[in-house]
Amino acid sequence: MSTLHLVNKSPFETGTLSSCLKHCKAGDAVLLIEDGVYGAIDGSSISGEVKATVGDVALFVLDGDLSARGIDAGKMVNGTKSIGYDGFVDLVAEHDRTMSWL
Amino acid sequence: MKIGVVVNEGPYTHQAADSAYRFVKAALEKGHEVSRVFFYHDGVNVATRLTIPPQDERHIQKNWSALATEHGVDLVVCIAAAQRRGILDANEANRQGKDANNLAEGFRISGLGQLIEMGVQTDRLVVFGD
Amino acid sequence: MSDTKKFLYVNRKAPYGTIYALESLEVVLIGAAFEQDVALAFLDDGVFQLTKGQKTDGIGVKNFSPTFRALGDYDVNKFYVEKESLEERGLTEDDLQDITYEDENDDWAEKPSIRIVTRAEMADIMADQDVVLSF
Repeated sequence: MSTLHLVNKSPFETGTLSSCLKHCKAGDAVLLIEDGVYGAIDGSSISGEVKATVGDVALFVLDGDLSARGIDAGKMVNGTKSIGYDGFVDLVAEHDRTMSWL
Repeated sequence: MKIGVVVNEGPYTHQAADSAYRFVKAALEKGHEVSRVFFYHDGVNVATRLTIPPQDERHIQKNWSALATEHGVDLVVCIAAAQRRGILDANEANRQGKDANNLAEGFRISGLGQLIEMGVQTDRLVVFGD
Repeated sequence: MSDTKKFLYVNRKAPYGTIYALESLEVVLIGAAFEQDVALAFLDDGVFQLTKGQKTDGIGVKNFSPTFRALGDYDVNKFYVEKESLEERGLTEDDLQDITYEDENDDWAEKPSIRIVTRAEMADIMADQDVVLSF
């Protein structure tokens, strides 16, 4: 039993990503979409929190949202996987529930 | 799988309606069943047929209407949220004594029960919002 | 046709500044008729929805906080409120309104609907749900 967590807001705008990370359990996945993709950039004020969770929790970003915002995939926290909407659908199917952090 | 989707924000101001649309398309392409999409909060504003977006921009309402007409996706607009925000079909406009209606093709207005029913009947439920 | 599912309504936003708190409560009310296993989660700014003494005359909007107290009659009595979220906001359980229900399995004894849980417990509760609705 695992959860796919969706975060769509920049972690520099709201505490949502931080709250999400604090509620993840081993085996869960976090998918960053829309403005949420900024949370995957390495070397930011939230990268420490992100890295502490990655490993137990799989971290994904939606590639379309990343490139729309001009973020190079190479700038992301190690272990982040960039996926398309097809991958998004697969994640939803794979995990028992999807929780949107709105 | 049977997947249900909720859209909580209106067109253009938030990305939610776009993200949800692309998600639904991808799910259909993968052979999943997206039986229903429920529009709540400002999401009901996706259903007005009166939008005139710039020519070189995507037409969010038409994108969604096409999902209904081409793929049989049930697009449900919450009546309570719709009434608050002035989204009416011909029946509602008549009933409420309003001089116009604006519901786009492929959408239908119904109760919140449809959202709960969707949660009960689907294998997965994904919410797009703010 | 289908088994009972566990529905969790996630509330992370404060009341009145936006409509999400009110309209999510409207879903809970309608949803109560479907006899599913319903729980409400209040975390982050969502804990502000439950403060007592809300008086809205000054801003001209309807005070919907009494509606939470009516939920017990509809078998909605699991209000999980996150302890850390309260503490971060300088609140304690005393700042929250009294919400109770009558336990039919215990001679209709009146019990509190609000259950204060830690962040870790909240994560476990979330991990146990079938359907998660966020607003």
